[in-house]
Amino acid sequence: MAEALMIAGMTAVTFSIRYVLLASAGHFTFPAWAKTALDFVPPAVLTAIIVPAVLMPNGDDIEFSLQNASLLAACVAVIVGLIRKDLLTTIVIGMIAFGLFKWLL
Amino acid sequence: MSNVPNPDNCATISMITQPIDTNNMATGEDQKLPRKEILREIFAGSRATIPMVVGAIPFGIIFGTLAEQSGLSPLGAIAMSIFVFAGSSQFIALGLLAVGTGPLIIIATTFIVNLRHLLYSAALVDDVKHLSGPWRALIAFGLTDESFATIADKIRKSDDIWRQKYVQWFYLGSFSTMYGNWILCTVIGITLGELFPDIGNWGLDFAMSATFIGMVRPYLTTRPMLACVLVAGAMSLGTANMPHKLGLMVSALSALAVGLSYHLISRRKK
Repeated sequence: MAEALMIAGMTAVTFSIRYVLLASAGHFTFPAWAKTALDFVPPAVLTAIIVPAVLMPNGDDIEFSLQNASLLAACVAVIVGLIRKDLLTTIVIGMIAFGLFKWLL
Repeated sequence: MSNVPNPDNCATISMITQPIDTNNMATGEDQKLPRKEILREIFAGSRATIPMVVGAIPFGIIFGTLAEQSGLSPLGAIAMSIFVFAGSSQFIALGLLAVGTGPLIIIATTFIVNLRHLLYSAALVDDVKHLSGPWRALIAFGLTDESFATIADKIRKSDDIWRQKYVQWFYLGSFSTMYGNWILCTVIGITLGELFPDIGNWGLDFAMSATFIGMVRPYLTTRPMLACVLVAGAMSLGTANMPHKLGLMVSALSALAVGLSYHLISRRKK
């Protein structure tokens, strides 16, 4: 039940965001500053998800050590991303690195 | 943007009151188009989306495999892919479910994460405002990062006549390819998760972090963006122990505020 409610709510907010401007068919225009602000949303949200997931893999304490496989693999992924600038390569090499570190440690 | 020879600005209302004037090519009504042209555009839209689809396949499969161990039922996972149809927020919902977050917080987080789609609809509105309500609703429903990238690229390369006549059919091809693929991959992922119950130990959960790292990278071109990302990272650690995972929203909003202020201040100096 909670699951159905959650999915219904997620559907409602996602569709509303995508539809509100198209529904108004150009009668409502977006101020320039708001567009600029929206540009910052994806990197802000994604980073706020990545950093705890990588630095606190067990959910409680920050594990800033060489024993933390996800931290090491994340560093690899960042480097690969900066060099190759290609999403799929970043993901694949990042995952291989994670598997490798987990196996080694 | 749009230099369409459409005399009325109130497109929606006048379309209802003056059906004769708008029933020519300006409305892009389907019955006026030969089926061959419609199929050609649907196929072209589908084909243009294929590279994006290839990129989405691993995410769809991983979403399906991670669902059950995160506490989302197989049926719930399929329903999410059918109704929500927004990859990154579906992943984030899994992450929040896994740590026992309640539905309201997950819905609020979905809102924040998907706010970027407002940008997409803002960019498209001039090119689709001549279409009927159901068409615009369908376009809105399918407005993923991938289909937006595809249609925006096509619109940029096309002339006004194409936009008036074919834009929705091309979009339909792009959307249905993404949509069908996403649902199929979710089902494949769920099946894999059931075949290999220990799949959670394979490190697939890191796939989400790797994916997001790859998604953030293209933004890191300006100082305000860099500041935004640094604040988001630092804040997310500082707020990690806030109840109900509210830290995510607090971090994202403060990062947004810092990035935007930095951007506005540095522009004023010039």
